[in-house]
Amino acid sequence: MAIQTEAARRPSITPFWYDQRIRGVLFQVFVLGGLIAFIAFIIYNTTQNLQQRGIASGFGFLWSTSGFDISFSLISYKATDTYGRVLLVGILNTLFVSVLGVIGATVLGVIVGILRLSRNWLVARLATVYVEMLRNVPLLLQIVFWYFAVLASLPDVRQSSLLWGAFSLNQRGFYLPAPILEPGFSWVPVSLLVAIGLAFLIHRWAKRRQAETGLPFPTLRVNLAILILLPVATALLLGVPWTLEHPELAGFNYRGGTVLVPEFLALLFALVLYTASFIAEIVRAGILSVSHGQTEAALALGLRHNLVTRLVVMPQALRVIVPPLTSQYLNLTKNSSLAVAIAYPDLFAVFAGTTLNQTGQAIETIAITMLVYTTISLGISAFMNWYNRKIALVER
Amino acid sequence: MMNWKIAVTGAVLAVVVAGPAYAGATFDTVKQRGILQCGVNNGLPGFGAPNDKGEWSGLDVDFCRAVAAAVFGDATKVKFAPLTAKERFTALQSGEVDMLARNTTWTLSRDTGLGFDFVGVNYYDGQGFMVRESLGVKSALELNGAAVCVQTGTTTELNLTDYFRTNSMELKPVVFEKAEEAVAAYDEGRCDAYTTDASGLAAERSVLKNPAEHVILPEIISKEPLGPLVRHGDNEWEDIVRWTLNAMVIAEEFGITSENVDQVKAESANPEVRRMLGVEGDMAQQLKLNPDWAYNIIKQVGNYGESFERNIGEKTPLQLARGLNQLWSKGGVLYAPPVR
Repeated sequence: MAIQTEAARRPSITPFWYDQRIRGVLFQVFVLGGLIAFIAFIIYNTTQNLQQRGIASGFGFLWSTSGFDISFSLISYKATDTYGRVLLVGILNTLFVSVLGVIGATVLGVIVGILRLSRNWLVARLATVYVEMLRNVPLLLQIVFWYFAVLASLPDVRQSSLLWGAFSLNQRGFYLPAPILEPGFSWVPVSLLVAIGLAFLIHRWAKRRQAETGLPFPTLRVNLAILILLPVATALLLGVPWTLEHPELAGFNYRGGTVLVPEFLALLFALVLYTASFIAEIVRAGILSVSHGQTEAALALGLRHNLVTRLVVMPQALRVIVPPLTSQYLNLTKNSSLAVAIAYPDLFAVFAGTTLNQTGQAIETIAITMLVYTTISLGISAFMNWYNRKIALVER
Repeated sequence: MMNWKIAVTGAVLAVVVAGPAYAGATFDTVKQRGILQCGVNNGLPGFGAPNDKGEWSGLDVDFCRAVAAAVFGDATKVKFAPLTAKERFTALQSGEVDMLARNTTWTLSRDTGLGFDFVGVNYYDGQGFMVRESLGVKSALELNGAAVCVQTGTTTELNLTDYFRTNSMELKPVVFEKAEEAVAAYDEGRCDAYTTDASGLAAERSVLKNPAEHVILPEIISKEPLGPLVRHGDNEWEDIVRWTLNAMVIAEEFGITSENVDQVKAESANPEVRRMLGVEGDMAQQLKLNPDWAYNIIKQVGNYGESFERNIGEKTPLQLARGLNQLWSKGGVLYAPPVR
């Protein structure tokens, strides 16, 4: 009624549904209402079903005792810890393999990408063969292959020997000495932080000086020296505040030291090799996208070859490289969930796998797992977007 | 303001129209569908695995067939859903399968928190260890510091941790999603020991590269009553599945087999046998089944003992003795309530 009287008072006699603006708003309201109704229905329906079937729900399980062991963890974990800690162990394991994977894949990918452009026929062809072989075989297959290939080719743990009394690579993993920290050690990371700060200041100062006076400064060499020498000097001054615990064969396995389990090695290996083949192509495309005229112009100015690459080609190539590179980093992180096939205890295996099964709370565990992966991915995206903006063409 | 009101009205309307989504009585759903959907193991010889002709066979598979025989009078009306240990509970919770007969251990948390009801026990099992003979290990108590391959999503994984904790031994578990992968890794030498239910150890040792090199340790570290289960709260359906199991055990008690069932039905004077086979009384009616439900189970699938011998008994590759799974009258613990 209210609408009708309002319409009657208006000078125009056009009904409101012919008004394009109002119609636009109305449609949006309908779509939004429909969406909210749909989500509300799903939530209602799920809770109804869960209650009706007497299935436990809620997030209380995160505080109850898990009761199972995990083979590889970056933080201390016992079977008496909670499911919440299982989640943390899973997240850290996923991040561990992802971060190392991203670094490894980038280094290898850049090298292979540049090698594909080599003027040496054999080198270029070998790089091509590498790229085409690895990016055309499903990743899961590669992970399982490396796992069993590694297991089958390594020696049995009781027949393996210790190299220099400290390292051993066998079917149970890669054993290496573990540092046992002593009091006073905390000064070493502090000195490293100081060194980083110092290096940053030198970098800025050298850049300004070169802009003003044109005098170059060997920034890289000086900074490297500072970064290495300062912490080493601190450690020596404090009398080397750590001791190394060496692994020893005792009973079934080595005791002491740290171990990288074969599951981790196989997964890292497969992720790096697979993703590097894609990154190589991205790098190649990036370098080829810089017109040859740029190189010629730089050479004509008298710049040396390595300076041409560093100052002219790479900055322009990076603009093409970074956006697809971000996707590859995201892929690598998400692909690490394939670890479940070879018993590496990543987030998906210990949380969306074991925890889900022991608690039966599928909706909660899967929701948390998705949330964590999304957060990690958005973090990577945000960082790469920031970097992309930093290197983007600045128009003056 | 306007948007908000419309949205809320829309949401309320949608919920009212759709109404609460009921799970529906499973029995009616199954009858209407005309086929039983049964969750079984994705490959455990003797319990649930495709045989060399590509047909599903095993103790659990037989049980699914028995339920189909009771409901439809036709043991072939089953669709088998092969499930991993990890998938099985979600599949039953979500209604993807009507029941599970997948060597699943009956535990308190599964009976309550997961929202299931176990109908009984069709195999009394216990967890054991398998090691290489060359290790020279004679007892599971010597496994301190051992790497142990195990399948995830099982009571096995938890028992293993409990056992090592109880005996203050150090454990290095290597946890796989599928049993095949765990066994393969053990075979490659990744682990010192492999652990699962004793029946599974026997089945999986038979498929190793060199079975003679491996020994099963004497310790049984847990009780593993394996049984069929259904969703909690659907008592009509639960009764049918429970009495299918009971009928198979009772049939063995009375010596009724798939071969002599016709003769017994025609000639037996035993009132309980006559009640069960539907010759007299209204037992079937109380279960809402056809009078010849038990006859069909025995005729088409056989009694418990027949199913045991056919799938996992002394003459099969698994060579399992009846042990605990013998009738109570013969020294085991199988004991079915009477049909009365």
